[in-house]
Amino acid sequence: MANSFTRMMSGRHTAVILASIGAGTLASGYLLSDHVVAAAERTKLYPPSADFPDLRKHNNCMAAALTPTIYGHLRDKKTPNDWTLDQCIQTGVDNPGHPFIKTVGMVAGDEESYEVFAELFDPVIKDRHNGYDPRTMKHPTDLDASKITSGMFDERYVLSSRVRTGRSIRGLSLPPACSRSERREVERVAVTALSGLKGDLSGRYYSLGEMSDREQQQLIDDHLLFDKPVSPLLMAAGMARDWPDARGIWHNNEKNFLIWINEEDHTRIISMEKGGNMKKVFERFCRGLKQVEHLIQERGWEFMWNDRLGYVLTCPSNLGTGLRAGVHIRLPILSRDPRFKRILDNLRLQKRGTGGVDTASTGDTVDVSNLDRLGKSEVELVQLVIDGVNYLIECEKRLERGQDIKIPSPILQFRK
Amino acid sequence: MPFGDAHNQVKMKFSSEEEYPDLSNQHNNHMAKYLTPAMYRQLRERATPNGFTVDGVIQTGVDNPGHPFIMTVGCVAGDEETYEVFKELLDPVIEDRHGGYKPSDKHKTDLTSSNLKGGDDLDPDYVLSSRVRTGRSVRGFCLPPHCSRGERRAVEKLSIEALASLSGDLNGKYYALKNMTDAEQQQLIDDHFLFDKPVSPLLLSSGMGRDWPDARGIWHNDNKTFLVWVNEEDHLRVISMQKGGNMKEVFNRFCTGLTKIETLFKERNHAFMWNEHLGYVLTCPSNLGTGLRAGVHVKLPNMSKNAKFEEVLKKLRLQKRGTGGVDTAAVGGVFDISNADRLGFSEVELVQMVVDGVKLLVEMEKKLEKGQSIDDIMPAQK
Repeated sequence: MANSFTRMMSGRHTAVILASIGAGTLASGYLLSDHVVAAAERTKLYPPSADFPDLRKHNNCMAAALTPTIYGHLRDKKTPNDWTLDQCIQTGVDNPGHPFIKTVGMVAGDEESYEVFAELFDPVIKDRHNGYDPRTMKHPTDLDASKITSGMFDERYVLSSRVRTGRSIRGLSLPPACSRSERREVERVAVTALSGLKGDLSGRYYSLGEMSDREQQQLIDDHLLFDKPVSPLLMAAGMARDWPDARGIWHNNEKNFLIWINEEDHTRIISMEKGGNMKKVFERFCRGLKQVEHLIQERGWEFMWNDRLGYVLTCPSNLGTGLRAGVHIRLPILSRDPRFKRILDNLRLQKRGTGGVDTASTGDTVDVSNLDRLGKSEVELVQLVIDGVNYLIECEKRLERGQDIKIPSPILQFRK
Repeated sequence: MPFGDAHNQVKMKFSSEEEYPDLSNQHNNHMAKYLTPAMYRQLRERATPNGFTVDGVIQTGVDNPGHPFIMTVGCVAGDEETYEVFKELLDPVIEDRHGGYKPSDKHKTDLTSSNLKGGDDLDPDYVLSSRVRTGRSVRGFCLPPHCSRGERRAVEKLSIEALASLSGDLNGKYYALKNMTDAEQQQLIDDHFLFDKPVSPLLLSSGMGRDWPDARGIWHNDNKTFLVWVNEEDHLRVISMQKGGNMKEVFNRFCTGLTKIETLFKERNHAFMWNEHLGYVLTCPSNLGTGLRAGVHVKLPNMSKNAKFEEVLKKLRLQKRGTGGVDTAAVGGVFDISNADRLGFSEVELVQMVVDGVKLLVEMEKKLEKGQSIDDIMPAQK
């Protein structure tokens, strides 16, 4: 190596001086503690204004909320896991967004991100969740499926029903931030718990890195397999690191209860089946979730949850319930009616293509689900989807008969 | 700062075995070959003065197992000190990648273009264009995988100032990627100058695509024969090129331009990263030393079909690529032929190899055209 080994006590500043006299500046044997001194030098050389991102062409919630003042307050802060604001917002800096679709533009690296960087997360949450204010409001959690009414749809219209959410394991960093060992620990905790499920929930885990070609093909055919993310939104947030290490899929033998491990969240839980029995789907969802929670608690773990934000997940858009309850539904006449969008809006529903988010509908079949995640409980949201979908079916039937339909009045945002 | 090398202190509470990456998924890159669990245990306790850690070095190699036929490097530097702090890993990677270059070896820098013999007479019926490129890093700033926005902008600002001082046939203009008009953009595309946001997962995994297109840009002279990329894969990439086979002229301009730029940077108290073991220090270990790729686009339709083509290239220490650059295919028998080495040979030596080698290849092509054998002019191993 180089001839001169100079023990440097401060990195950059001295390097600049030495550079100007043409000397090599290689140093030896740095241990972790030494770079703390250099980091202090660095913050002096580069004030927050030097690092403030250029967001002039951006259309996402983060870009709308982040001011130089907020950035100045938060840039040098870290969560207890050493996660920084720059890491939270990287995905929003790298992905300006779409003129028609306002993405969130930031992620959490750990549970504490939502606290340490609250000055930015709170307005983003408010923007994304229709005015929900984490400083003043409380989020209700309710997984009592017995409260659901009229949860059986007309199967001439509804082809399938599905409910999904996410859960994070408290004490372990989230997918953007987690180290390999944390990610492996999430996998261990989840898989151990899931192996305790019995009866109609009993099932099997398939590690992404270790599955056979046959298993992989079967999972693809069953539409259960998730692949390495390609979306630049996820990649820029660091969620694809070390793929496919510690990623996998668990499903029960009946293939109607499914868990994704270490994809965009620690766990994604999905209950689904063909047909229109949403109540049954939600009942299994709640039962499965409660059992998994119980099983991890037996081993001293718990889910990330608090009464301001509900269940804490990687993306602020999934806070609260993290719940998307939806159906694949045939609405050949209504879906072409110019009032369709307005009806959905007022019912607090959204449509997607049958490939999920950012896909187009095929034929007359459309995916309809709840818009909201935070500020209403699971039971409230599922009931809202049930009532809304029943209304859509009514509209379709009326249009079939040549009768007119009405746009329903908009549903109230939050409970008073 | 990007993600792989964050929160090192926090990771230390987990055991080294728990953190060690799974490199068994058909990993075929230099990093995977050398990073043993014992080495990882040793290296993970360290950080460079700028906080770059071993996980930052290796993330790209963990995420991108590589190809059974092409051995990628699988690691990057986040700053100049990376090569020192993580030498236990980078020294064997460098030795493997650069033909046995040892930690005690010295690298020669020679940018005196008059030392090149010949090179002005490559047959333009065969040699369509000639090009020399290298990279330079500005000492005192982190490299693209690790730099903050503030640092990247500072590198851009310095570069703009330095380049603005060039004159004569090097007089030119800077186009910031984020400010260019559609017309400017189209012109740069038509001139084959424009670089785009990296899509290669090799680059993206290392964090080089962050904040795109902030502080990225292209400078070129009015004659469009000298071009500088700012903040793409390295702080600076410097390119000299022109149509035809006058590699000597291309190399002259290359050396003159580079030397002038270096002087201008020094006037502003900034040197390029360089040392006598690794030569010019760049982001990817594969570009250490000269960082130089001198090449031509040359028509070799007969030669390329000859069974001895690969052997000849190997003996001449040359490599072939398609005319779109690395990882592209040849079109119409036209190949990109350039030096395979970067480190352990000087700039003059490498360009000499290209000049002499391409001359021979064209000679062989002409013989094959006439149906003659090339056996009697097969070269010795350089």
